[in-house]
Amino acid sequence: MDSLKDQAAIVGIGETVYNRDSGRTELSMAVEAAKRAIADAGLEPKDIDGMVKFTADSTPQEELAACLGIPYLRYYGELGPLGGAACGLVIQAAMAVSRGMANNVVVYRSVNGRSGQRYGSGVVTTRRGEGNSAFTEPYGLLVPGQSSALRARRHMHDFGTTERHLGAVAVALRKHACLNPRAIMYGRPITMEDYLNSKMFFDPLRIFDCALEADGANAFVVTSVERATNKHRPVYIMSAAQALPAAGRGHGHSWDDSGASWLTPGLFGNAGVTPDDIDVIGFYDHFSPVIITKLEDYGFCKRGEGGPFVAEGHIELGGDKPVNTSGGHLSEAYLQGMNQIIEVVRQLRGESPAQVENAELGLVDSGDGAGALILRR
Amino acid sequence: MTAAHFPLPVPNLDNQEFFDKCREHQLVLRRCRDCGRFSHPPRPNCPNCASDNLEWVESKGTGTVYSFTITRQPVSRALEGRLPWAVVEVELAEGVHLISNLVDCEPEEIEIGIVTVVFEEVNAEITLPKFKRAS
Repeated sequence: MDSLKDQAAIVGIGETVYNRDSGRTELSMAVEAAKRAIADAGLEPKDIDGMVKFTADSTPQEELAACLGIPYLRYYGELGPLGGAACGLVIQAAMAVSRGMANNVVVYRSVNGRSGQRYGSGVVTTRRGEGNSAFTEPYGLLVPGQSSALRARRHMHDFGTTERHLGAVAVALRKHACLNPRAIMYGRPITMEDYLNSKMFFDPLRIFDCALEADGANAFVVTSVERATNKHRPVYIMSAAQALPAAGRGHGHSWDDSGASWLTPGLFGNAGVTPDDIDVIGFYDHFSPVIITKLEDYGFCKRGEGGPFVAEGHIELGGDKPVNTSGGHLSEAYLQGMNQIIEVVRQLRGESPAQVENAELGLVDSGDGAGALILRR
Repeated sequence: MTAAHFPLPVPNLDNQEFFDKCREHQLVLRRCRDCGRFSHPPRPNCPNCASDNLEWVESKGTGTVYSFTITRQPVSRALEGRLPWAVVEVELAEGVHLISNLVDCEPEEIEIGIVTVVFEEVNAEITLPKFKRAS
């Protein structure tokens, strides 16, 4: 039992609607998502004895437990700092249930990310000139999109990636969203021309390159492999990895220094599979260029070839590596990587409205590769 | 133009010397006396070999624009009224990267190319290293 391979499973998923103005508290949305996930798992709230949360989430475990009528939790934990926690929380939950620290752990996220504090505005991420932000914020580098744009521009310079390559990502994910009634952008297709004519935000990134800040909540239940039965439609955690690269060391970045690059050998090695074996992918896509670089990081294509890879249609439903079949952060909702996990679970159960035929293996990640999972049905 | 609308540096014991030298119009970097590597931002230890035997060395002040982005929408309150706003990532000759601004050109004129350091006095306490295109 030296790795998490096949020790735990995701057995229930739940979501509220995703929209731009929920008119609800984050707590009330968290309760709804958790109730749905627990019911989907065929469990009762009293069966839940563990909860793990994003550090950034405003809903404490004890409040969620109270609203679900759970008297106390045997296991609880959290992971920070901001958006990239989802896969790491699955790892906490899987370790807890596989070592007997809990039977059934709820992982949840609830955020009024559009009507409340917007991540894209920098209000969540600013450090007001303290620490190493003393070397970035005084120059007007204030919001996450600007940092992503710096990397995207350099990828263009180094490898010839083009704005049409970025557009291919945005258009593909919008196509997926148009198959998904839960997506905020359902019913609003875009073409490459629409993309090229859209508003420039962080040159070279346009509005369609940016995550769709949203209100909503989602949750899922992690249980041990012994407890997971077919009645639960379990999706097994075949491999799990985290990677936290040391902070910028002042020499710019190497393209091979992302979390995803660091964790990839272990992730695939522990699962005993290769990128060729993956049927469906859920990438944390706060901005479209990260899908291009992650395809390279995880070995779905060679370094520098991510742009042509997306332009050739591989990532679209019907392609051989469909990415973010719910629309992802760009076109479904920005729920910090949780909705990608839920969509891959749905795919492996055969229940997605954008179903990949006979999907058996899925890869999901969080942040810039802060964590990743290989899931199997 | 000053950067008064943006957060100003809050120097700490690890980087005070950097900002003190900026007031004297010197750009200084941390260099490890053990492994010889430059690093930035300033930290108490070398990120290459973990040594705390570090010195401050004046940079040649020349480098190249490694990347840049031009913000065109008021996504942050601090950017309102200042658009388009260009941020550059400079790779200094010493190999380290700094985030900064170019002072002598319009955002549309920025390209990946050679620059040299200049100093912008924001107030009595804070002077920021910025860059201009090499003539």
